[in-house]
Formats: sequence, structure tokens, C-alpha cells
Amino acid sequence: MCLAVPGKIISIENEEEFARTGRVSFGGILKEVNLSLVPEAGIGNYVLVHAGFAINSIDEKEANQTFEYLRQIEQLGDSERDES
Amino acid sequence: MKYVDEFRDPSAAARYVRQIARITSRNWTIMEVCGGQTHAILKSGIDQLIPQRINLLHGPGCPVCVTPVELIDKAVAVAAMENAIFCSFGDMLRVPGSEKDLMSVRAEGGDIRTVYAPTDALKIALDNPDREVVFFGIGFETTAPANATLVYTAREQGLKNISILMAQVLIPPAMEAILNAPDNEVNGFLAAGHVCSVVGFEDYERLVAKHKIPIVVTGFEPLDILQGIYMTIAQLEEGRAEVENQYRRAVQRNGNTAAIKIMHEVFTIIDRKWRGLGIIPKSGLALDEKYIEFDAEKKFGVADITAEESTECISGLILQGKKKPHDCAAFGTRCTPEHPLGATMVSSEGACAAYYRYRKAIPGDDPKEKQ
Repeated sequence: MCLAVPGKIISIENEEEFARTGRVSFGGILKEVNLSLVPEAGIGNYVLVHAGFAINSIDEKEANQTFEYLRQIEQLGDSERDES
Repeated sequence: MKYVDEFRDPSAAARYVRQIARITSRNWTIMEVCGGQTHAILKSGIDQLIPQRINLLHGPGCPVCVTPVELIDKAVAVAAMENAIFCSFGDMLRVPGSEKDLMSVRAEGGDIRTVYAPTDALKIALDNPDREVVFFGIGFETTAPANATLVYTAREQGLKNISILMAQVLIPPAMEAILNAPDNEVNGFLAAGHVCSVVGFEDYERLVAKHKIPIVVTGFEPLDILQGIYMTIAQLEEGRAEVENQYRRAVQRNGNTAAIKIMHEVFTIIDRKWRGLGIIPKSGLALDEKYIEFDAEKKFGVADITAEESTECISGLILQGKKKPHDCAAFGTRCTPEHPLGATMVSSEGACAAYYRYRKAIPGDDPKEKQ
């Protein structure tokens, strides 16, 4: 129910406030999505889509932190092992 | 798909599993709040990969599952009206009411339509000016802005033949109800990332301060969940209790301002009854007075319908994390997705449906229960 899928905005079809809609590509599959909740998002941006609505933008810079964090905790483990 | 495939990388997952094992020194119980996370955990086998000392409990985060039977009865009553077009997300159609489900209303000739977006109901109302279109407004905070937009737009456009049967629920009060239970076993929460994507996580800071329990806002892909588990275990092992945000690519502390604005415009917070958990104070949303003409319960006089939960189904205990699906005698025998006794077997996010799909082969052989 709270499933939300990331997709890329391909076009903006309607700029009216609550009817702001655009086409979003999910790995090549296009769907019309309501973009009224992400007024900052434009063509080429990635958004998280739930029940036909983009609920938030995806922050490209933050997406790497899961991998960066993994490297950090591995280094932490290594240094603890070296100390013992 | 970008932002999906890389978060399913098996080698990175194996590295996270090793790091979780490295820091886990004793038994901990973590509850993943959202049913979408439960499904991802069982599908990817995370519950079997992580150390046996970590017990994952499945939380109440399935809106279909927590909708009480009396709301299904109200939906059935409204959907069966001669002039009605009843619109719903597909998951709700097979949830058993006291006597029947929405699917049987459809079989008896009821006009019940599944919609992808709440606003699809607007078009149906415009196309059918002589009919009463009713939308089943279920969901957590994730769905609330979309449902609010439906009502707001209906009012803007002056539509008179559309209404909403409100079943909106809020997650933090349910987490608090679980923590307040005298036999609570939960040591830490993986909070539902998409709920937080909409409303942020300030509410959890109050919960953490009061209950001294780690809460990690967590996403839905396997690496998100593994990182969330690591961050929770690290807090527990170090004796910390904080709100941390694993799902930074989609969640900010204050949430989505535009989404919160439309929710506040259309909805007001009320006490709401949850399946299995009873009435939880301030845990639901109703239409604000300004939008009351769109309230289907009032419009069609079904507000007084009440009903008791079935006695055989243990979904109430499953939703509180007190039982697992294999603990139920009816699981996989008298209760299956084709013939469900309760909502947790129906919804694609229900814990029973997840176990039926991914763990059916080993009933009674949950490795976590052997400890």
C-alpha cells in the first residue's frame, strides 16, 4: 500500500497547481503522474511515485550514502580488528 | 531501474550482513513498521541471513490489514446501493466483512471499480453525473496527500456526486500503542520510509525521548533494510536511543511541505479504531468541517454500523508483533490468499500473505523461534 517507485520525469503536461501532471518513466514504462506535491521537480528529475502521485523528489547526492556508509563501517571493523 | 537495481546488489548485501554479525553481541528484537518492508525482508531472505540473535517482528504498517471489519461493512453497504459506483484500491476487495466482502457485492451486480490513483475517481464522477461515486479512502500518511487532493479538487470543481469513505490512519500513534503494551518486546523500530517521505520524522523525536528506543527511518530495498538494521543494532549495542535517517535520498526531517499543506487543508485528526489494536487516540484522519459534504459515512447514513472481529483469525496479534503467521492453526489450511479469514492474508503487504508466498514450505520451522 505504501509502495512507491522511483521514476524519471520525461515531460510536464499540465502546470495548473493541483492538476500539475507529467509523464514519468519507470525503466522505460511511461505513466501519467500527478506532480502537484513536488513543485520543485522538473524534466529529468527523479521522483518517488505512490498511487499516481509523486510524493517526493529523490536526492541524487544522498543516494550514494548507503554505499559510503558500508565502506565506513567496514573500515571501522578493520581498525577494531587491528587493535585487538 | 535507477535507485532500485543498485540497492539490490547481492555482494553489498552480503557485506552488510557481515557487518551486522560483527556488531551483534546479544539478542535484540526489531520491528519493521511497514508491510512493504516485511515483504521485502521475506522475499530477499534477510530474516534468514542476519544473525539468529536478531528477531524481526512485523508491525502494523499495512492499511488494508488494520482497517476494522466495521469499515468493510460500511463499504459493503455503500457499494451495494443501486446508484453507486464504488472506487477502491484493489487490495480492499477481498477483505472479509462480517457477512461479505466487496468482491461478492460486485458478483451480485454492484459497480465496483479498482483505481490506480485516487483522482481517477474524479473522472468517473465527471463521466457519470447521475451516479454517486464513492472512493474508499484508505492509507497511511503516504496516501493521505493524494486522497486530500481528490477531495480538494472535487470541491474546487463543484462536484456533488462524489464522496470519500475515510479510513485514513496515522503511524506514530500505533507505534506508541505497541510501546505502551505491558508485554512489549520491541527494542528498536525500522520506521516506514515512505510515510516519513511525506510527513518527516519530528514525531519520532518525541517518541524516542519518551520511550528511549532507537528509531531508524528506513527504505524498502534490501540494502536500505540491511543498513537500517545495522544502524538500529549499532544504537542498541552502544546504548544510544536516537532518531536516525537511513532513507536520506527520499526523506527530510520536515517531510514534504506541499504534501503536508494539502493534508492540513482537507483533514483533521481524530481517534480511530484499528483491527487488533482497538481505538488509538489521535491515530486517524477525518474530513475537516469545510469538506464534510464529501463524507460518505454521513452522506449515506452508515456511520452507526458496528461489528466485532472474527474470533478465529489472529491478525490482531500478528499486527502487534505478538504472533507470527506460522503460530496460527488456520495458516495455509483454512486460511489462504484465495480464501482468507482475515486481512493480513489478503493484502499484498500483509504478514500472512508474505509468509504464505515466501515461507509456506517450512510451516512451524521459523528458525527464530528455536532460540
